[in-house]
Amino acid sequence: MKINFELNGKSTSLEIEPRETLAEVLRARCRLTGVKLSCESQVCGSCTVLVDGLPVSACTYLAYEIRDKRVTTIEGLAGGAGRLHPLQQAFLDHFAFQCGFCTPGMILAAKSLLDENVHASDEEIIAYMSGNLCRCTGYLGILKAIRQASAELQGPTERKQAKS
Amino acid sequence: MSDVNKNDAKNFAVVNHSVPRTDGVAKVTGSATYASDITLERMAWAKLLRSPFAHAKILSVDVSEAKRQPGVIDVLTANDLGALHPYYGHAVKDHPLLAIGKVRFVGEPVAAVIGEDELSAQEALDKIKVEYAELTPVLDVPSALAPGAVLVHGMDYIGGAFRGFDDFNNFPGGTKNICQAVHVEWGDVDSTFASAAHIVEGEYYFPMIYAYAMEPYVALADYDPKGQLTVHSSAQHPFMVRHDLAEVFDLPLNSVRVIVPYVGGGYGSKSYTKIEPLTAACSWKVSRPVKLQLSVEEAFLTTRSDDARVYIRTAADGDGKLIAKQATIHLNTGAYAENSPMVCRKAANRIVGPYRFPNVRIDCLAIYTNTVPASSYRGLGAAQITFPVESQMDELAHQIGCDPQEFRLRNLAHSGESIHPGLRPIDADVLGDIRIAAETLRSNGPLAPKHGRSVCCSASDAGAHPVTLAMVQVHADGSVSVFSGSTEIGQGSHTVLAQIAAEEMGVPLEKVRLVGSDTAVTLFERSTGASRTTTLMGRAVMEACREAIAQCKSMAAELLGVPVSQFTEERGGIRHGKDWLTWPEIIERYFQMEGCSIIGRAYLRRAGALKSVPVFWEIGVVGLEIALDEDTGKISLDTLVTVGDVGLAIHPAMTESQDLGAATMGLGAGLFEELIFEGQQLMNGTLLEYRVPRFSDLARRVELKLVENRDGVGPYGAKGGGEGSLNPIGACLANALYQAAGVRIRSLPLTPERVWKALQEKKAQAPAMRRKSSVATPVAKKDRAPKTRSHKARAPKTKV
Repeated sequence: MKINFELNGKSTSLEIEPRETLAEVLRARCRLTGVKLSCESQVCGSCTVLVDGLPVSACTYLAYEIRDKRVTTIEGLAGGAGRLHPLQQAFLDHFAFQCGFCTPGMILAAKSLLDENVHASDEEIIAYMSGNLCRCTGYLGILKAIRQASAELQGPTERKQAKS
Repeated sequence: MSDVNKNDAKNFAVVNHSVPRTDGVAKVTGSATYASDITLERMAWAKLLRSPFAHAKILSVDVSEAKRQPGVIDVLTANDLGALHPYYGHAVKDHPLLAIGKVRFVGEPVAAVIGEDELSAQEALDKIKVEYAELTPVLDVPSALAPGAVLVHGMDYIGGAFRGFDDFNNFPGGTKNICQAVHVEWGDVDSTFASAAHIVEGEYYFPMIYAYAMEPYVALADYDPKGQLTVHSSAQHPFMVRHDLAEVFDLPLNSVRVIVPYVGGGYGSKSYTKIEPLTAACSWKVSRPVKLQLSVEEAFLTTRSDDARVYIRTAADGDGKLIAKQATIHLNTGAYAENSPMVCRKAANRIVGPYRFPNVRIDCLAIYTNTVPASSYRGLGAAQITFPVESQMDELAHQIGCDPQEFRLRNLAHSGESIHPGLRPIDADVLGDIRIAAETLRSNGPLAPKHGRSVCCSASDAGAHPVTLAMVQVHADGSVSVFSGSTEIGQGSHTVLAQIAAEEMGVPLEKVRLVGSDTAVTLFERSTGASRTTTLMGRAVMEACREAIAQCKSMAAELLGVPVSQFTEERGGIRHGKDWLTWPEIIERYFQMEGCSIIGRAYLRRAGALKSVPVFWEIGVVGLEIALDEDTGKISLDTLVTVGDVGLAIHPAMTESQDLGAATMGLGAGLFEELIFEGQQLMNGTLLEYRVPRFSDLARRVELKLVENRDGVGPYGAKGGGEGSLNPIGACLANALYQAAGVRIRSLPLTPERVWKALQEKKAQAPAMRRKSSVATPVAKKDRAPKTRSHKARAPKTKV
């Protein structure tokens, strides 16, 4: 079947099999290998991508469901001219990864959190991010990175208020 | 962060600074390539048919229908393996590429379908008809050791690349299910126990763990019929894999190329050879590149940790000094040896701990059973044995009436003291480390009700066998290439090694690029494990840079027409009178050629500073404060303190992150991780049922301390880390629980159910025996001593 959707800001048209998962389509047909497959049962979060801004597990999400929707993968997050998204920069600054396998999903889940609630408290971050597993870091660096990106995305005025 | 040697640290330009990771941008933008991301032209896919039985004869395998399925290229079975050397294993060559004649665990590969795509291969698996005749399975250690036990193997194998492991089934009096036996002994244990003032003894159990590297095992093999085999793999040790592949296919080493891109986590589970020979055999069979990508469910059936039942007793004299330790360790090694013989050796060494013991007797057995093969798991036996050791230190302190921390301080070996006759003396300040952890916990203030605290420690003979070769290329444009056979598995080696090269060559970090791991390009590195990379590969890179510098100085002497003694070396080049010549300038002027490069190299082996083993003692010191919910039995983390005694942190932030990562992995094993077999079947082999630490398990307060006394043999006095903080966690939890609620549990994990039951039992006993000992099953001495224990001990073997 043919589907039309927006992939990382570009309108895209693809011929897919109805049984194909979004992860299969993104990795094999679109060569977006930043979508990582691990548990393939919606537990680990490593395959997280955004569909219309909301996080989904691409491992079990059927590709045909993205028709006429917006899909964002890690490859589509950075701005032009190699400008990193504040979350990507914050993950670098806080060494919020080691092997990096969970990182694309982790960053995209965090993006959807901050898009929804840029003022997320530690408790809210921890609760929201508990669907993304990291086996390397012990999570603290990730928490710090999300805090930093939250402050960054709030903008200078709000950041000042948050500090005081 | 680091408090020690601050003045020294100022002298470093690049090392000892938390510089950006060299793999960072690739990893946050999704462009980092892992083996699972690689595809080749004409690539086919393999899928595996796995055994439904733990122990059965294979009577016949009929693949005719499967071969006829659309999209199927061919099917590989054991019948095809005659042309190869189908058994591999670096310790014992007991592991067939596919089950030959019989299966030895549920999930063992029996046949491989090679298809044009994953789905065609997967669907054809159902069409393979295998006839089995079930045999009695050996499902646990007691049945494996019983007289007349059914044998998991019942045939002899030859040794692998590592020498000294092939006498595995000659343990005197043991059944042939004993894969490896290690005996360590000094002093006079029996008479010391006979007259000791204080003795505690007990039996402890550390569960089977699945390391869950988030990237499951993957290999992509391309066997060129002209005799060149190229394999991309998620392996931690490419050179050990190359060795096994060369032997299976009878190829010279220069015809086997193993390339390891970024690896999505290892933690020991990707050490040594896994699916590479089977994938290569599929490619050999169809003369096309073949990819084998396991699922996480299949990874559960590939490698696990050895679970350990440990009987241990410890004695102290009337002054509270440790005088004797005796232990028997039974490791459940599963169906194949893999790295368990080494786990066995390490567990036997490490159970002594960082303490002075004049009398020691340890027997450690690795035992075959018809379960998933066990192998390396972060810490290589140390987590399994530190749980009993450090639980018992608290138990003994309580019996003596001494504060557990004071009891440890009284008995710990000081820096420079020996804990193991013949091995390197302790090269760390364990007492200082313990004090830091305890002090940090005390800063929480008085202990709240239902809270408990504990500080525990471990000492691991780390670094494995020191054979590490490295090469640097210094280019005339001022850039540097570092060729390292050490794998970037997330630990940050590509950053740390680049830092060392930048420090030595006097170039900015951005000018250094890592090449590797690729066995056709990089020099030999035995392995990436045992916390060795910073210490050994770091030292090799440092020496290789210094060798390149020595060459540059000779060139400069020739160019300037003066002896080397007449100019001074400064970081980045030489000064001669008013002239300042950088290394790249010297290279360009010497060759009169732009774009030229020279090579510096270093070969490390067991000699000189590395003659004494272990390469270093990796110390684990952890402090925990837990909060107990008595109604549910749930333990939550209030405070976690790690102390990394690392000599010098080449990259402090990544070193701290390693400590936290290791501790978090330890918390998984301590609180909820356990593979559960019911009969033949693994019952919780999916992430839905196997619970690993999540974001919400993060402690309220986390303190990551580094101690930098520059006392290691690595570059600038560095030592490795990354395993130590895992090891003491189990005992920390059990000891803190004892403080919080007065119950002593000697089996991990401390699940709410297990804790709650212990609390109920204590309540039931409370009126009768108030504050008396623990609720754990009392240990009857005779029952606990395994049958094999009375046999005459063998001398300790040569270390590999």
